[in-house]
Amino acid sequence: MKLFDFWGGVHPAGQKHWSAERPIELLPMPARLYVPLQQHTGRSALPVVAIGEKVGKGQLLGREQGGVSASVHAPTSGKVVAIGNFTAPHASGLPLPTVIVESDGEDRWVEREPPPDPFTLEPEQVAARIGAAGVVGMGGANFPAALKLDKARQAKVHTLAVNGAECEPYMTCDDRLMRERAEQIVDGVRLMLHALQAPRAVIAIEDNKPEAVARLRAACQEDRNLAIAVVPARYPAGSAKQLIQLLTGLETPAGGRGTDTGVLVHNVGTAYAVHRALRLSHPLISRIVTVTGDAVAQPQNLEAPIGALVDDLLAFCGGAPAAARLLMGGPMMGQPLPGAQVPIVKGTNGILALTAAAARLTVEPSPCIRCGRCVDACPMGLMPLEMSKRTRCDDLDGALDFGLIDCISCGSCAYVCPSHIPLVQYFEYARGVLEARQRAEQKAKETRRLLERHQARLAREEQAKADAAARRRAEKEQAKAKTKAGAAA
Amino acid sequence: MSWFPASAPHAHAPDSVPRIMGLVLAAAAPALFCGVALFGWPALNLLLVTVITCLLCEAACLRLGGKPPRLFLGDGSAALTGVLLAMSLPPWAPWWVGAVGGVFAIVVGKQVFGGIGQNLFNPAMLARVMLLVSFPVEMTLWLEPRPLFSSQAPGFLEGLAITFGGIPNIDAVSGATVLSHLRTELGLSRELGQILPGRYQPGLAGVGWTGGSAGETSDLLILFGGLWLLWRRAITWQIPVAMLLAVLVLSGGLHLADPRRFAGPEVHLLSGGLMLGAFFIATDPVTSPTTKLGQLIFGAGCGALIYIIRVWGGYPEGVAFAVVLMNAATPLIDHYARPRIYGRTWRGQSRPVPERAKHRAVGSGETE
Ligand code: SF4
Ligand code: SF4
Repeated sequence: MKLFDFWGGVHPAGQKHWSAERPIELLPMPARLYVPLQQHTGRSALPVVAIGEKVGKGQLLGREQGGVSASVHAPTSGKVVAIGNFTAPHASGLPLPTVIVESDGEDRWVEREPPPDPFTLEPEQVAARIGAAGVVGMGGANFPAALKLDKARQAKVHTLAVNGAECEPYMTCDDRLMRERAEQIVDGVRLMLHALQAPRAVIAIEDNKPEAVARLRAACQEDRNLAIAVVPARYPAGSAKQLIQLLTGLETPAGGRGTDTGVLVHNVGTAYAVHRALRLSHPLISRIVTVTGDAVAQPQNLEAPIGALVDDLLAFCGGAPAAARLLMGGPMMGQPLPGAQVPIVKGTNGILALTAAAARLTVEPSPCIRCGRCVDACPMGLMPLEMSKRTRCDDLDGALDFGLIDCISCGSCAYVCPSHIPLVQYFEYARGVLEARQRAEQKAKETRRLLERHQARLAREEQAKADAAARRRAEKEQAKAKTKAGAAA
Repeated sequence: MSWFPASAPHAHAPDSVPRIMGLVLAAAAPALFCGVALFGWPALNLLLVTVITCLLCEAACLRLGGKPPRLFLGDGSAALTGVLLAMSLPPWAPWWVGAVGGVFAIVVGKQVFGGIGQNLFNPAMLARVMLLVSFPVEMTLWLEPRPLFSSQAPGFLEGLAITFGGIPNIDAVSGATVLSHLRTELGLSRELGQILPGRYQPGLAGVGWTGGSAGETSDLLILFGGLWLLWRRAITWQIPVAMLLAVLVLSGGLHLADPRRFAGPEVHLLSGGLMLGAFFIATDPVTSPTTKLGQLIFGAGCGALIYIIRVWGGYPEGVAFAVVLMNAATPLIDHYARPRIYGRTWRGQSRPVPERAKHRAVGSGETE
């Protein structure tokens, strides 16, 4: 298949050997599950269960609010013991509304109807079922999948690109899923094509996963609408914008959507979740998580219920006492975690526990030597050194001028920087300040609008009063004139 | 456990500033040894003078500026400046030329601007330009190679005397480089055909057997060092290739137009400091543009300026002047030679997907 190329990129050490050969194992059901109501982009789900209520496995816990939102379901049967704030899997460690379910150990499914043949359903219905199952983008984008499919269908997308690149070092969950459950993935892809009404799908896999390629190729052999694209292993081939460029040579317009190029990108994990949702009526309540890193005693791939604590997963893998840094995700874009007492969510592809040496916590940054390596490595055509220089002296408009909003935080620039400058950190900081500025502006605008409205209302009332007074006066005059006229007559 | 929420990435390429500087030093070593072998002990003395001066100045400035000397001295950049400076000085230059050059390079050329990464000009080249303008006699003290331990070569003590006490009989040793010879003779309106034979052997010049600065005569070794740097990815190809191509095209074109007045490309490519400049000096990251396009412009500019200065300028050699001039143009080049941002036009507007390309087929059924 003809491939194009994306710009820049880096070749970090794969580090997949830690867990790539470990088959997916089922994590024993933890005693308690902490299911955050917001595990996706958009609006949080609204809880529909009460404290003390018994729930079955797969029962709705939180209903999507409409718009960009997704439902969450009970990962196992048991009792709702609390609905409250719990530490979110995020660097900030800010708490999120969470439903806490205590497992009753029976893992008993809630009553479900047998699923109809999805190909007899209308595309909208297929998407609706995917939405009802709470499926979100599982490559880390966390965008509600049904919404994405609907929008793409309306945009008349012609190709579904299924992302099995897994370019993040250490991560092997997609690799294992493709090796072990290729048929299910391919079925999910077909279902998504049906929901999209698109003619074809391309499954993109990096060339460092030959076994996954072979399994998927075998699984979609007879289907002329499906193709496998073996892409060269280079980070960030699995980023949506870069994958589109790799497959089509087209660029997603700035401020536009990927579907503007006629391509929709979905992760292989999402395809698998779609298969489960439509064929088995299983909502998204578990996922494959790679637990790895040099601090983990036994790195492996686990099928874990959503809401299990990172600590549960680490404990099952023999613990990680030497971990100096815990990440949710890979080393290039993963989020540092505030601790192990946080739940895994739908978008958690891996838990990475690194020792201080591997996480390079002791490396000191030195001044930029303008070597241009960051410019070469940036897949977005930015000049990271200029952006960071301007951010450092609080010239955020200067940073914007160099393309700060186009940065996808892929970390390629910081990866290659010989001066070890934490470039991405500068960009995140700048974005934070800009967002705050925008919010402040929004607020000022809103206040001004409200004030103006208030004043307008006051003016209107004043006017109305004056008018009424004038009217009354006029009526009085008229009446007076009438009586006068009457008297005269 | 430290939970300091530093952001990603938590992986890093096995690269660092000291590593890059170390690679460049290693790549320069063969040419440097060749220079010492050809020009004897004085060349080695001069090298030690410049390197030690540079290191001392760097340490002193860092101390003054309150920066940790260990962290910064360890980056190897000051040592590299000293080495490059020595390589571009006449091998028998007196010690104070090296010392003044070293002080100037580090203090004025680098630390005044704020230290590593901040300087506008290549420190070694700035120092060379200053020396050439201030001490024209000492800076044009060329001699034919006298290999170490050969009969004409000075012994160790004699070498010390030359570097630190001055050359006893200057006229007996001094010669001229090919380029300066060319300039003088062409100035007397003689033709190339009469000037070059006997004076110039490209083969010998290529391996370094010719008069010139301590480290720039052996083009072959410099070329090997440069290619090795390219292979190790310590430098990129844009600057050297653009620079050499510019000289090749200009000298070749003019030579074809008038072979009696303009020396051919082989003379220009294999003389003076061009090779050293192309691979080791113009490629200095700090003072060259950061984008590929910028580097091509920069390299071509250096090459063109070198040729212009050699042929029409006031000096027989122009590498240092050309590099310093292009250094000054670097901020401008960097401003205009920005890459195009993904999904945007060159002018920064959102770039729509061409209507026709929207239906471009992806993987039309066949596997691979
Ligand atoms: S993090 Fe941003 S600036 Fe750095 S390489 Fe990635 S897109 Fe470019
Ligand atoms: S990679 Fe680092 S040192 Fe090199 S230009 Fe970029 S920020 Fe500067």
